Amino acid sequence: MNDTIKKPQISERRKFFTNIAHNAGLGVMGGLLWAGYADKAKGSTLTLRPPGALKEEDFLSACIKCGLCAEACVNRPSNISKLTGKPRPGTLKMAKAKDDVTIGTPFFVAADIPCYMCEDIPCVPVCPTGALDLASLTNKNNELDFRLMDMGIAVVDPNSCIAFWGIQCDACYRACPLMDEAIKLEYDRNERTGKHAFLKPIIVMDICTGCGLCEKACVTEKPAIFIQPREIALGKPGDHYVKGWDSKDEQRAVSQEAKDVTTKTERSEKGAADYLNEGVDFE
Amino acid sequence: MSNVKYLILRRVSQITLLVLYFGANAYGWKMLAGTMSSSSVLEKIPLSDPFAVLQMLAAGAVLTFDVILGAMIIALFYGIIGGRAFCSWVCPVNMVTDAANWLRRKLYMDKIERKVWMSRNIRYYMIILALVVSFVSGLAAFEIISPITILNRGVIFGFGAGAGLLVAIFLFDLFVLKNGWCGHICPLGGVHSIIGKYSLIRVKHNSDNCTLCMKCKEVCPEVQVLDMIGKRSEFVVKQECTNCGRCVDVCNDDALGFSIRNYLKQ
Ligand code: SF4
Ligand code: SF4
Ligand code: SF4
Ligand code: SF4
Ligand code: SF4
Repeated sequence: MNDTIKKPQISERRKFFTNIAHNAGLGVMGGLLWAGYADKAKGSTLTLRPPGALKEEDFLSACIKCGLCAEACVNRPSNISKLTGKPRPGTLKMAKAKDDVTIGTPFFVAADIPCYMCEDIPCVPVCPTGALDLASLTNKNNELDFRLMDMGIAVVDPNSCIAFWGIQCDACYRACPLMDEAIKLEYDRNERTGKHAFLKPIIVMDICTGCGLCEKACVTEKPAIFIQPREIALGKPGDHYVKGWDSKDEQRAVSQEAKDVTTKTERSEKGAADYLNEGVDFE
Repeated sequence: MSNVKYLILRRVSQITLLVLYFGANAYGWKMLAGTMSSSSVLEKIPLSDPFAVLQMLAAGAVLTFDVILGAMIIALFYGIIGGRAFCSWVCPVNMVTDAANWLRRKLYMDKIERKVWMSRNIRYYMIILALVVSFVSGLAAFEIISPITILNRGVIFGFGAGAGLLVAIFLFDLFVLKNGWCGHICPLGGVHSIIGKYSLIRVKHNSDNCTLCMKCKEVCPEVQVLDMIGKRSEFVVKQECTNCGRCVDVCNDDALGFSIRNYLKQ
């Protein structure tokens, strides 16, 4: 039994191809793992981005993770404490590995530190990549306008908001930089007592910027008013429902119709009166 | 003392940059703000990492003038002057991997090591892979795992769980493979190798002075670039040389020194 076990001989040619297959295999494996991780790394859809941020998907590909926005936010003059002369913690944080936000991208947590809607919006012009889009915050007169900010939208949970119980509270209303525009107080009769009023905070969706000052100000244990990204918090009526009394909304439907309605069935060739009456004998 | 001259200069350079970055966030300094992904110098000159910009392009971002200009400034600077100097004079991870390498020598790790072999070209495949994954995922793929930006941001904004990656790289270089990360895998090092291929500042070897002590090969993080030692008097032209100057430092026989490549004479 002295025979040495012979290794199968392989030709140079075969070796070459095996090598290629080997490397390609490793590459594909690595790529799949990597892409899988990248998918996970996109983080929570509940993330609130800085003012002027592009739509989340575009923002993620555009932000180079330089942190210039966060640095501008923390060092803005209005954030320097008059007492200590030092900057207070800034609104924008750069995500770390455990934040459930793509690592290295800026975000904020309204309940910790909301966005103060600075008039000069220092965080946006410094962005080198356009991930924070200056144009989206510039009004017709070519000025920066913080009213155009759109980080998210405030949502009220009427079950835990004590104003809906009839207890007087207008903490969020007063905290709002767009007081009486973004949050209005709705007066309602309190049937339970018969002589008091409800003063319910109501969000005006088009105006609220999602700055989070209301969430920060809310007095309940866990804020009854809180910020969500618009894509999460808002519904969409679609084109089937149109406010016939609102000429703007009608336009929306008209322009949609021109674009979208291409369905042609045997039925739609005919007018409704015709096909509904098909086969009916009118005598 | 003279045999650590470039080492000290490099540490001064690396640490100064980190201090400037830190100060930009903590005290509002304007000298160098941002991170190594993209910075602004005195609020005027943009600088961007060319590899990050390439990944953004692959991920489908619309590039702005600022980042393109910033990436070009960086690429031209290293391409014409510095070579792969980013790796040894700027990148903070270099301090981590150098530390691992130093400890490795102190512990005689090379003597007991089981042979682990890896191609030094993995970094170039990593570049391609990073671009493909960026394209597929719509996210700059290396930037979500880059230990360079994790360390850089950690110093500026505070460390998070990502710091574990740095420890992992340290241990990998110490126990698994000599110069494992920077010398084999890191795609940013690969990008800077390619960018710096034709740079003017290079190490030059004078084989007449060489006594074959091989100290240079012991310290060089990319030994394969020193294949001419004791044989031919020529420039270290292989692109992976990081211009760290460690070989120049340790050579006691004046056989290695920085010089400027003269394309006209060649
Ligand atoms: S607008 Fe908001 S995010 Fe921007 S600097 Fe001011 S507080 Fe910070
Ligand atoms: S300034 Fe722009 S590119 Fe830089 S981190 Fe902020 S959003 Fe991203
Ligand atoms: S988030 Fe709250 S405070 Fe800010 S604009 Fe909207 S309602 Fe006002
Ligand atoms: S190879 Fe990568 S980690 Fe190492 S010094 Fe160069 S860029 Fe930094
Ligand atoms: S050849 Fe010299 S300068 Fe180049 S990497 Fe090696 S030790 Fe550094």
